Amino acid sequence: MNLAMKDIRHNLGRFLLTAVGIGMLLMVVMGMGGIYRGVVEDATLLIDRVGADLWIVQRDTRGPFAELSRVPSNLVFRAATVPGVQLSREFVYHTVQRQRDGKPLRIAVLGLSWPTDKGEWVPLITGRPLGQSHYEMIADKSLGLGVGEQLELGKETYTVVGTTNNMISSGGDGIAFVTVADAQAIQFDVPGEAVRLERAAREARGEVFELAIQQPMMLNNAARPSGELPAVARPQISAVMVTLSPGADVNHVAETFSGWGDVSVFTADGQRELLLKGSVEKVRQQIGLFRVLLTVIAAIIMALILYTLTLDKIHSIALLKLIGAPNTVILGLILQQALILGVVGFGIAYLVGQQLFPMFPRRVILAESDLLQLAGIVLAISVLSSLLGIWKTMKVSPNEALT
Amino acid sequence: MTTLDSKKFAIDAVKLTKIYGSGNTEVVAMRDASMQVAQGEVVALLGPSGSGKSTFLTAVGLINPPTSGRITIKGQLVLDGETEHANLRSFRRQHIGFIFQKSNLIPFLSAVENIQIAMQLNGQSSGFARRRAIELMDYLGVADRADNFPSMLSGGQQQRVAVARALANHPSVILADEPTAALDGHRGRQVMELFAKVAHEQGTGVIVVTHDHRALDVFDTIYEMEDGLMHEQPKQSASSLDGAQSL
Ligand SMILES: Nc1ncnc2c1ncn2[C@@H]1O[C@H](COP(=O)(O)OP(=O)(O)O)[C@@H](O)[C@H]1O
Ligand SMILES: [Mg+2]
Repeated sequence: MNLAMKDIRHNLGRFLLTAVGIGMLLMVVMGMGGIYRGVVEDATLLIDRVGADLWIVQRDTRGPFAELSRVPSNLVFRAATVPGVQLSREFVYHTVQRQRDGKPLRIAVLGLSWPTDKGEWVPLITGRPLGQSHYEMIADKSLGLGVGEQLELGKETYTVVGTTNNMISSGGDGIAFVTVADAQAIQFDVPGEAVRLERAAREARGEVFELAIQQPMMLNNAARPSGELPAVARPQISAVMVTLSPGADVNHVAETFSGWGDVSVFTADGQRELLLKGSVEKVRQQIGLFRVLLTVIAAIIMALILYTLTLDKIHSIALLKLIGAPNTVILGLILQQALILGVVGFGIAYLVGQQLFPMFPRRVILAESDLLQLAGIVLAISVLSSLLGIWKTMKVSPNEALT
Repeated sequence: MTTLDSKKFAIDAVKLTKIYGSGNTEVVAMRDASMQVAQGEVVALLGPSGSGKSTFLTAVGLINPPTSGRITIKGQLVLDGETEHANLRSFRRQHIGFIFQKSNLIPFLSAVENIQIAMQLNGQSSGFARRRAIELMDYLGVADRADNFPSMLSGGQQQRVAVARALANHPSVILADEPTAALDGHRGRQVMELFAKVAHEQGTGVIVVTHDHRALDVFDTIYEMEDGLMHEQPKQSASSLDGAQSL
């Protein structure tokens, strides 16, 4: 005869309510762990997915994610010439915020190195990778854009040709993949009036510039986009991603790049590290600490609940002692109920969480290792928190059954 | 078992004293109370309220050990002053059956399970325990309530389930504290006769605290307590087994 189950069955309603309460509490703990995992995953997913072995960024910066980095566009060709490099791609990345349907829409625009990179590595849920060099876009699901939808950015209209999911910037904004040229057009978009004014200013400056006075044709150059001016133009890409040929030694190739005076180089792991130790570190710590706090609170609440459940049974326990039940039977009763409560609570937390977490604005990832860890913690809490009740029952005298 | 070992008492309680509290609040509930109950003997314990009857019964029952005194049960010295010569709880389980004023059933077990648990704690299989529990309930006229929880039973029905539980393990000693208070006269007498029958057939020593003077003829010996002191009363009419049904 299992006393723990008999008692639960007799007080089923109350037990279930308690289990649901504990389940909700554990769900919050679980969710907090999931949010933590989500932040880490989101921050590093792009780096993992894009599949670059090395990142070449502006000298002495920790870019392109942790801070602003600018490298010249021709760096992509310089990098391609280094032995051991199979592929080098431009990386252009910036966040824009626009209004759509009256609501702010934040988009992390990422440039793909057309035509070497059409976004085949992006895990698509619908549609296709980019098919032409302009005006197409792969959008993350979180942006709320479906295939065929159009979005105006800068002076152009972009059509969504594919959708992906879980491609999120470290700030939590969905990523839109376009070609590098489009990304730059979006980033450096200047209103026509500003272009006209700038052109006029250049011409005005040129007219008093002696070389231009002697060679008026030079002034024609002033009308060209600033990126094409034969001058020290502002570098226009964020970084260059390098994929190594099979068998090439990462350290060896990285050494070559670090010899170049204008850039710094990071491995993919280095980039991950930069992100986790840098931009998301405080969020990570904040959530991590909150999670610890919640776990402790859950433990205290569970202990109190189990203690109260035990107090309710004091008379029965005294009676069991009176009819000669050994301590192991009584201990088993308390401990089993604690474990059943813990397990049922955990199950409720998991089931409800699975329904609820996908509705959260950012990803909540229930990693198996985290779930196992939480299960272990719940078991430990169940056992520890029943100790209070067990201590109480051990002190109960069989005499109390008679009062 | 019908032969009784007269040298071995079912209960031999010697000079039991119980003092509750200390200093100003000290209460001597029982002073040098002694009683010997032979195997198969049925004893009535009378006395006014507050005279120490329950204190004596719980002391002998090893629930509420006396401050001083010696308790021997079925030839085995169990308690001598402060010294416990046996594990009191397992000794209770194996040798002592209790029935108290207020029925004391476990609320989350059904009637039959309340009886079963006593036997299962004593190492009986659940099948055997259930069969015997039903038999006992049948005998006590509550078999139709086997699967009811205590809260759904009347006081009298609860008390009969408690009696069945006390008998379940064939105890050496049955201690009953006003067991018939919740029963009507007829049922009350039936329970007393059942105790007598079990005592005579199985050599069980029985002590019953009672106020029901009509049923005193069932008892072999009568004791009375007053202000914590124990007196044996002159023996009255011979015990009668008439009317006891077979179990
Ligand atoms: N737990 C206790 N603490 C203090 N005094 C008690 C306690 N239990 C009983 N007493 C006192 O001991 C005396 C005997 O009580 P009890 O044995 O219950 O008498 P009876 O069963 O004959 O009515 C009473 O005066 C009672 O107040
Ligand atoms: Mg009493």
